[in-house]
Amino acid sequence: MNRIESKNLQVYFGDNHILKGITTEIPKNTVTALIGPSGCGKSTFLRTLNRMNDLIPNFKKEGEVLLDGDDIYSPRLDVADLRKKVGMVFQKPNPFPKSIFENVAYGLKIHGHDDKEFIAQKVEESLKSAALWNEVEDKLDNSALGLSGGQQQRLCIARTIATNPEVILMDEPCSALDPISTTKIEDLIQKLKKEYTIIIVTHNMQQATRVSKYTSFFLHGEIVESNFTDKIFVEPKEQKTEDYITGRFG
Amino acid sequence: MGFSKIIPPKIAQKIMNGVFIASGIVTLLILVLILGYILVKGLPAFNLEFIFGNPIDSGKEGGIFPMIVSSLYVTLIAGLIATPFGVGAGVYMVEYANNNRIVRLIRFGAETLASIPSIVFGLFGLAFFVVFLHLGWSILSGGLVLAIMALPTIFQVSEVTISSIPNSYREGSLGLGATKWQTIYKVVLPAAIPGIVTGVILGMTRAISEAAAVMFSVGASIQTPISIFDPGRPLPLHLYMLATEGISLEKAFGTAAVLVILVLIITIVTNLVVDRYQRKIMGK
Ligand SMILES: Nc1ncnc2c1ncn2[C@@H]1O[C@H](COP(=O)(O)OP(=O)(O)OP(=O)(O)O)[C@@H](O)[C@H]1O
Ligand SMILES: [Mg+2]
Repeated sequence: MNRIESKNLQVYFGDNHILKGITTEIPKNTVTALIGPSGCGKSTFLRTLNRMNDLIPNFKKEGEVLLDGDDIYSPRLDVADLRKKVGMVFQKPNPFPKSIFENVAYGLKIHGHDDKEFIAQKVEESLKSAALWNEVEDKLDNSALGLSGGQQQRLCIARTIATNPEVILMDEPCSALDPISTTKIEDLIQKLKKEYTIIIVTHNMQQATRVSKYTSFFLHGEIVESNFTDKIFVEPKEQKTEDYITGRFG
Repeated sequence: MGFSKIIPPKIAQKIMNGVFIASGIVTLLILVLILGYILVKGLPAFNLEFIFGNPIDSGKEGGIFPMIVSSLYVTLIAGLIATPFGVGAGVYMVEYANNNRIVRLIRFGAETLASIPSIVFGLFGLAFFVVFLHLGWSILSGGLVLAIMALPTIFQVSEVTISSIPNSYREGSLGLGATKWQTIYKVVLPAAIPGIVTGVILGMTRAISEAAAVMFSVGASIQTPISIFDPGRPLPLHLYMLATEGISLEKAFGTAAVLVILVLIITIVTNLVVDRYQRKIMGK
């Protein structure tokens, strides 16, 4: 079953037409990679899925985005609820200037949990799922900003999964990281895909092949081709896709 | 024709280095000179009785305990009143206002408020708080006047601090499903606290040093004020009266020294606390 569907999605920032009719389906409990040259609209598409673009003053959209069949832009929908269900990991790790513990507990607390034991248990669980627990268990009270970039990014993932989202959006989550941290995050994605629907933007073709089941190739605000990752990289149907993945442009 | 044609860049650099270092040293020297002078002239008046005693014979003898209490009291009231408004306005400007005309108007208002001479605030306080609102000569009236004076500083520093909080924090919070208010209250403000506290202390040290602004609103009572409706006599006002009425120059310097030491203590203690907090949240 498809978890996310977008139908003829058009996005404008002021007069700039950024996404030009995106129609795609993103299936449940799999990893979908979004690839394409810089400026083609991958981040914009991703940020449309949790309505992060609403924060941009002159953002306008047409068409539909459905989550489990419901229009996420419906006026009846609560944006905070949507973002709880559709979590996001950003390109640059952005932990809060709080302790490691408080970072992970944050989402739980704002969603009304106040049982200390429950929170502590959930924090531990999330940090374990994010493969960070062993590195931080004896310094949970230290500031998260004292962690390395790779640790910070795993903390941000822990923070996101602590609130039990259904979908996780990742916008180039490894682009600021060294190869070892990148491997850790990729392993983590492999682990998480059993329970979560993951959409990951990446500029790294190897990463796309390593972690994703499906890949969509974006170009100039349109999806040129979507397919199984092992198909699209081996026998792309479109010339433009082939040019891109073989590094002939972009 | 360029500067560099006359003086070679490397020499110009050396000269400018010297100029900057010299400016720094001059600033420091003036500070040390004034502080030193006041402390040296004031310390002879210092003893336990001076700090904890009541003034005798208009302050010619005895101590300044009621004045210390008055000063701390009006300043505290000023801080308590001005801080929520100043910080609130700062939050509004950064997080809510999207009309540029209103933003500019408010900013202009704050700048103007900051540039009004304190004696004018004093006069306003007399007319409005003391007479019109019937608050009389009281700690409350004086605190209100000082609150208005401290407000622009607290507001301006808050606005600058809050707008310097990276957007990535806000996105991280909103992305977890937090509301805008939760984001402000739980992420933006805690991250901005060091700057905001610095602004509040700046505003309060300005308030504690005011004689003109409180002259017509607190009264000149030499009793220790208990309630906020009691009159009082803050240190700068006492100092002013000791000096201008020729009561005792020695006690005037003693009072000045106490005032300076109070300001130093407030500034140093908050700096230490803010530094600690900063190190804690930033992990340094
Ligand atoms: N806040 C904004 N206001 C106006 N235009 C924007 C804004 N954000 C992005 N754009 C424009 O939208 C287009 C798509 O940007 P987007 O960030 O989605 O690209 P991207 O595919 O993620 O690129 P990259 O790989 O470099 O991250 C670009 O032309 C960009 O200039
Ligand atoms: Mg991007």
